[in-house]
Amino acid sequence: MIALLMRDLKLAIRAGGGFGLGLAFFLIVVVLVPFGVGPNSGLLSKIAPGVLWLGALLACLLSLDRIFALDWEDGSLDLLATAPLPLEAIVSVKALAHWLTTGLPLVLAAPVFAILLNLPTAGYGPLVLSLLIGTPALSVIGTFGAALTVGLKRGGLLLSLLVLPLYVPTLIFGAEMARRSIEGLNAQTSLLMLAGITCAVIALLPFASAAVLRVNLR
Amino acid sequence: MELNVSDLTVTRGGIKVLEDVSFAVKAGEALVLRGPNGIGKTTLLRTVAGLQPALRGEVSLDREQMAYAGHADGIKAPLSVTENLEFWAAVFGTGSIAPALQAFDLEALAARPAGALSAGQKRRLGLARMVVTGRPVWVMDEPTVSLDTSAVQLFAEAVRAHLAGGGLALLATHIDLGLAEARVLDVGPFKAKPPALEDFDGAFL
Repeated sequence: MIALLMRDLKLAIRAGGGFGLGLAFFLIVVVLVPFGVGPNSGLLSKIAPGVLWLGALLACLLSLDRIFALDWEDGSLDLLATAPLPLEAIVSVKALAHWLTTGLPLVLAAPVFAILLNLPTAGYGPLVLSLLIGTPALSVIGTFGAALTVGLKRGGLLLSLLVLPLYVPTLIFGAEMARRSIEGLNAQTSLLMLAGITCAVIALLPFASAAVLRVNLR
Repeated sequence: MELNVSDLTVTRGGIKVLEDVSFAVKAGEALVLRGPNGIGKTTLLRTVAGLQPALRGEVSLDREQMAYAGHADGIKAPLSVTENLEFWAAVFGTGSIAPALQAFDLEALAARPAGALSAGQKRRLGLARMVVTGRPVWVMDEPTVSLDTSAVQLFAEAVRAHLAGGGLALLATHIDLGLAEARVLDVGPFKAKPPALEDFDGAFL
């Protein structure tokens, strides 16, 4: 399992691996939004948590179809399926590798990008915390979507349509947690809901992903 | 150890392609499957390897004892030859990759990125993976594609060494490997018959 994780990280970082794609997309969204909504700093700081969450979510979505597509194309997914690792472990490791190469850099970059959107000082801690708790759910749900569409040519459109509704709860509670903290309200409910969603998808979805992968490999 | 396949019926895209295939391969033996394109050799091999369920019939050995090699080699272009093999060695929990490199004459290429290999060299790397798995049953689909004569010889040597070590092999190939241990099975006679039309109305004629 560690070997698979190391291989995926190595592949992501080496040339053509797509590491940084999500980060660059996130940067573009955050830089362009102030141009779009105008230089009203009060308005910007009001929408900052939502925009940052949305940017992170879309950046995550961008790299989802690579999770299984590359391994499927070159045949290594077949070979992995016949390896001594259970498919559930393989999809979990794949989701972890996706989070480490896409989700974690977004979390770490969010405070820097938040400056561009004039996020109030009180919001930095809760925003990073909500992204840290929420982005693993995005990776795990995305892995499920990628498993569903593996083997389809240009499966990216279908993947986005399948995954977006599943992302909605995470987006709502993640952005809500940051927003409530900025307004000085109690954000504990949002935090617990967000953590609950993440724990539930990490516990349950790998089994679903492995099951659909088994069907798709036939 | 013996691989027993009894009354296996395999499907591709929901349509039966081969029906009631039965054969047995003992340790130290190789079975070569022959048959025209599209007869279902790949489907049969994938079913035996456990990648897809059979419609009917049984395979006596567990899939945990099999190593499968398909049309694609599963090679990662950005990784070097050594890194590719070491990854599979770690996944299968086997030790050194040196014997595999030696068996397929890859030592001189060990540090090269796999993306820079020729088609035949990639194939040799893909086949070297089978040595690394350390599994007793090799299930291989057209292993000699894009190999030159000397590489085919290397492959035949590797299969021979595998069989001598108590392993067994199931191959689909059209090339004569010169293996004395190999038997040939023509899968043509197992071709599935088209389903009878049950609700066919004779008066319609």
